[in-house]
Amino acid sequence: MQTNHSIVHPFWVIVNKEISDIIKSWRFIIMLAIVLLTCTGSLYTAFTGFATAKPTNDPEESFFFLKLFTISDGTLPPFIVFISFLGPLLGISMGFDAINSEQNKGTLSRVLSQPIYRDYVLNAKFLASLIVLSILFFSLNLLVLGFGLVIIGIPPTAEEVLRILMFSVVSIVYVAFWLNLSILFSVRFRQATTSALAGISIWLFFSIFYNMIVNVIAKGISPRQMISEYQLVSLQKLIQNIMRLNPGQLFDDATTTLLVPSVRSLGPLTMEQMSGAIPSPLPLGQSMMLVWPQVTALFAGTLVFFGLAYLLFMRREIRSR
Amino acid sequence: MAEPIIQLQNISKKYGDFTAVDDLSLTIEKGEIFGLLGPNGSGKSTTILMMLGLTEPSAGEVKVCGIDSTSHPIEVKRKVGYLAEDVGFYDDQTALENLVYSAMLNGIPKKEATQKAEDLIERVGLTGVKNKKTGKFSKGMRQRLGLADVLVKDPEVIILDEPTSGIDPKGVQDFLNLIIELRDEHGISILFSSHDLQHVQQVCDRIGIFLEGKLMAVGDIRSLSAKLLTSGRYLIELGADNSSEAGKKLTLGWFQKLASSMNEIDSVSEENGLFKVLSSQDISLVLSKKIMEEGYNLNFLNKKEFGIEAIYNHLMEGGTAYAN
Repeated sequence: MQTNHSIVHPFWVIVNKEISDIIKSWRFIIMLAIVLLTCTGSLYTAFTGFATAKPTNDPEESFFFLKLFTISDGTLPPFIVFISFLGPLLGISMGFDAINSEQNKGTLSRVLSQPIYRDYVLNAKFLASLIVLSILFFSLNLLVLGFGLVIIGIPPTAEEVLRILMFSVVSIVYVAFWLNLSILFSVRFRQATTSALAGISIWLFFSIFYNMIVNVIAKGISPRQMISEYQLVSLQKLIQNIMRLNPGQLFDDATTTLLVPSVRSLGPLTMEQMSGAIPSPLPLGQSMMLVWPQVTALFAGTLVFFGLAYLLFMRREIRSR
Repeated sequence: MAEPIIQLQNISKKYGDFTAVDDLSLTIEKGEIFGLLGPNGSGKSTTILMMLGLTEPSAGEVKVCGIDSTSHPIEVKRKVGYLAEDVGFYDDQTALENLVYSAMLNGIPKKEATQKAEDLIERVGLTGVKNKKTGKFSKGMRQRLGLADVLVKDPEVIILDEPTSGIDPKGVQDFLNLIIELRDEHGISILFSSHDLQHVQQVCDRIGIFLEGKLMAVGDIRSLSAKLLTSGRYLIELGADNSSEAGKKLTLGWFQKLASSMNEIDSVSEENGLFKVLSSQDISLVLSKKIMEEGYNLNFLNKKEFGIEAIYNHLMEGGTAYAN
């Protein structure tokens, strides 16, 4: 990258160091091992499922390759479920001690007494994690693609490859969302354990309890008497929108649409709307239009948390220890 | 002299209702070792943070090397090396790697940075452990490595915050010698904060005594003692056998009469049966002779000398000005 003789900009010096720190850290190696193991498992079940399935003219079956990510024979959840479950944990594990551990070790005041802007530290830590995540997800998905090619023997179409790359981008945005949340906690909480627990409890809340709570709400507000079709639709829409406050739901919506092209809508459709529709998969552009709000919301959440962390960090007085 | 290297003008720092630094003005000249002396929580560290632009003063102006620290912290940090109290290193990196990282943050290319780091590690006497991880370092070694870390940017000023706290006496001595060498060889101005008078007294050209965010006194040791010792530096405690068979009784009145005839005596008082005489010179011999001559039975005499140490201790205990 850089030669020994040229001056490396201090920002990239920090990024370089952070990347090497992440890669050498035990927690990243452990998370990586978990992700690789579960993904191998789910891929294996997907491949065994493939033995019985063959490409046909059925539109549901035409995107053969994408099925690698979404199908399962029931023994293990499919690939995307693992990503949506483990992704947040990966993000939290990379960010929860970003700032507070440096502060507690006394290295933050030493680094900040060098001639660098304060935000370099925060930005470099975020960027370093993002670079590692991007490499991880792109290589993971391309590996799946490669294995699929070897084992199935049918090359993916260009659209399938594009959809898989889009899926990688959405995964990165999703994990970056959790990464920024945990960086925010690492700025806010002085103890790394507090910030890790705060991050994990929010993750648990959204991945386990949130759906239960929404179900209770749905039961409470659903009318007991017969209602019109439109009222039913609007009720369903309301509940769905409450569900979408959960970042995991946004991610699931987005990835399902990208990887299952036959998904035509993420909301309820009336029979009227369905009539006349040809049961064919959506083109990539239309699928992307469908998930644009979800991806934008995830992106916005990422930015909000980063902004908050930035604000807190810049106004903070840096004392040693 | 030319332009002062550090100039603080009427700076204050408030945290809510609490005033950490109160309307402080201080000037430090080029090439001097200045000691900031004060108990913990007296505003030394806050003042230092303001010099580096790591925190903003609530009021006033801070100039280091003629640059405003609040508005241009980067330029200031290019010229100022700061060694924080209990400095931290990346535990999983070696001493050399830690130093090279600092050097590269200062925009030094890697090859030069490595060379420089090796030289400095040798300078502070850590060559034997340069490839050891800093997690295994003792406090004294960390502090020495910290000094090397500060020097990596060729600073014009070094600010050391409590560099000697928690190090054994031998380590302190080595560290202080290193500081003096730096000033003598490179003409670096050094600001050195401590709560330990002895360390400051040993190396500093001038001292500022800090208390509750205020600068109580500034000057070299001699002028400082002269300034602070306005009301006497010897306390003589006397006791007499005043039981009935022993004859004449020694009274406070006798001392008061004596005080009016002797200029050296600043004040006299009686406490727990002992008479306390505060004087500007050592008059214990004169006093005891006089008491004996007049037929009193002197049975106790104790002389205390107040140096700058006693004054400092007194200030730290909460006194504002030295009375009796």
